[in-house]
Amino acid sequence: MGGGFKPYVNIDRCKGCSICVDVCPVKIFKISTSPNSRGYYYTTIVGGGCVGCRLCEYMCPDFAVYVVEDNL
Amino acid sequence: MRMLTSGNIACAEGALKAGCRFYAGYPITPSSEIMEYMALKLPKLGGIFFQAEDEISAINIIIGASWGGLKSMTATSGPGFSLMQEGLGYAIMTETPLVVIDVMRVGPATGQATKSAQGDLMQARWGRHGDQQLVVLAPSSPQECLDLTVKAFNISEELRVPVIVLSDEIIGHMRETVEIPEYVKIVDRRITEDLSMPPFHSDNPREAPPMPILGRGLNIMVTGSTHDEWGLRDTRGFETHFKLVRRLVDKIKLNAEKVFEYEKYNTENSTVGFVSFGSVARSVKGAVKILRGRGIEAAYVNLKTLWPIVDDPIIEVAERVKAIIVPEMNMGQLVWDVERIVGDRCIVVPLNKVGGGEPIYPSEIVSKALEVIK
Amino acid sequence: MRDHFAAKYLRVELLPTSFCPGCGNGIVMNAFLKAVEELGYEDLKEFVFVSGIGCSSWIPNPYFKADSIHTLHGRAIPVALGLKLSRPELNVVVIAGDGDIASIGLEHLVHAARRNADLLVLMVNNMIYGMTGGQQAPTTPLGFETSTTPYGNIEKPLDACALVATAGANYSARWTVAHFHRLKESIKKAMGRRGFRFIEAVSPCTSHVVRRLKIPVSTYIKQLREGSVLIGAEEGIGKIVIGEYADRDEEGFMERMHKYINRLRG
Repeated sequence: MGGGFKPYVNIDRCKGCSICVDVCPVKIFKISTSPNSRGYYYTTIVGGGCVGCRLCEYMCPDFAVYVVEDNL
Repeated sequence: MRMLTSGNIACAEGALKAGCRFYAGYPITPSSEIMEYMALKLPKLGGIFFQAEDEISAINIIIGASWGGLKSMTATSGPGFSLMQEGLGYAIMTETPLVVIDVMRVGPATGQATKSAQGDLMQARWGRHGDQQLVVLAPSSPQECLDLTVKAFNISEELRVPVIVLSDEIIGHMRETVEIPEYVKIVDRRITEDLSMPPFHSDNPREAPPMPILGRGLNIMVTGSTHDEWGLRDTRGFETHFKLVRRLVDKIKLNAEKVFEYEKYNTENSTVGFVSFGSVARSVKGAVKILRGRGIEAAYVNLKTLWPIVDDPIIEVAERVKAIIVPEMNMGQLVWDVERIVGDRCIVVPLNKVGGGEPIYPSEIVSKALEVIK
Repeated sequence: MRDHFAAKYLRVELLPTSFCPGCGNGIVMNAFLKAVEELGYEDLKEFVFVSGIGCSSWIPNPYFKADSIHTLHGRAIPVALGLKLSRPELNVVVIAGDGDIASIGLEHLVHAARRNADLLVLMVNNMIYGMTGGQQAPTTPLGFETSTTPYGNIEKPLDACALVATAGANYSARWTVAHFHRLKESIKKAMGRRGFRFIEAVSPCTSHVVRRLKIPVSTYIKQLREGSVLIGAEEGIGKIVIGEYADRDEEGFMERMHKYINRLRG
């Protein structure tokens, strides 16, 4: 199990638009309760099970979320 | 090679001689002959001719072609010149070399399309919004059309600034013998294929920075917004803007001596003087002859550069004569400069006549002079 | 560890962008850059981007790490044309918004399409004038409230894709940011083509459109997907028509210009 992928969030680039939260098929993301240095409530990873579809990476308007290979 | 030709054709020949290889324009009386001549000649030289859908498109197309590396130009008249102003401002801001020939006609608005006038002088200098300067040249014969168009390209390439050649319908359509020299001195823009120096800054305020070449992986940013020396947009800071606009303005002002061209005739006994440009300068010369025949010495300054202006030649005449008359085919534009320059050294008298393309006749100038002398 | 796939084509030191949270510009950038990546370009050296004025025009200038010319409002197409005519080997791409291209720049759009000028034009259509504060655009839907149509837009919107197709362009297509894959594939297809290629990407304007509807931007994007119909299908009222309006391979302007000059030089 585990496709060997996991998402990564560049907190400073995130503007909290929540598009990733909505498009992720396995609901990995959730908006945090604390803001980043620019005052945006950034997205955080709350689950495992990333399937590597990269929808978050393609649909993130700020290049803040992307999928990395998870070398265990 | 000598040919009997019109001012318009001479402008086109000058452009080709100076290395112009791109023309985009829109037909407008009385400048269309320039465009048609370029349509005939340019492709045969491997150059590109393009008829745009309007003048706004034309000026923007030649900006693109200039950034592509070609010496580019267009020709128009008053109404088209008005449409091109925003584009000219952009060319000044981005330091894009190009040449625009304005063959003036009666305005404002549609005016009298086929009739000569001189009403675009202030517009040529100031037509853009914001702080800007460019160079304006004014031929008064077909030969000067050729020579000053060559000069226009050279200045434009050296200073990375648009240059206006302010002709008028009389000069544009009249025919005289024009000498097309075998060799002319050509100035090419300095280019850079690396970014060791910033493309929008020069430590020497008299010099334009070398123009970078696109498509070499230099990642150039060209923008009409206020920008820093690397072309990065900065629409907030005071310093970036002031420094930029100071340099753009100084680039022209500090080169005034270099760029300024004029003809002067002034003797010790001059009692009256004339300052004029373009086709009116021809009548002034005729008037001076007539006055001499009547025992009156008259001085004149024929301005071949209308911006930037060096005051000295006019001051010299003003110090000698009782009055300077400024004949122009408009309701008074050059006279403002002369008043400013002359101060209270002598009186300044405007002579305004415009409409129907009627030139200001030497006899009219003589009458005014006699009236003023009394 | 790697960065976002688009990072190698961007001036990352300037991120985050000045676009609003959820602005579709970033998604269009992703689609374009993914297309570029899949076509095998390691960098944007062969491209020159030309843009006008408006939020979408800021996509290439300053964010793309490439040559870019940021021109006057509505004048990206003529500048791009002049550049292409003087440097035919360059891949000249125009990226600008609907206000820039289909309003003030509409004349240049139609004539460039008519000429089949060899340009790729990517028009980001957010159906509003975003940068200046949310005024009506020629693409604003009928009835929509904007800052200059506060009681409802009484004009019907322009179908730019149809106009460009009728004018004679080789390629004309519309997608939305919700159709990421189709948008990306369309860009790839258009890149390899000669002549005039026009791609419209319907995109959310968070601050002036989505906010007025009082829904989150992710819901708006879902609505873009659900509210689209493929061209040729039975149109529902108020649907966004997506698909290819023109898909031709006729001689482009540069070819004709080239032949013209060659003929004259003997």
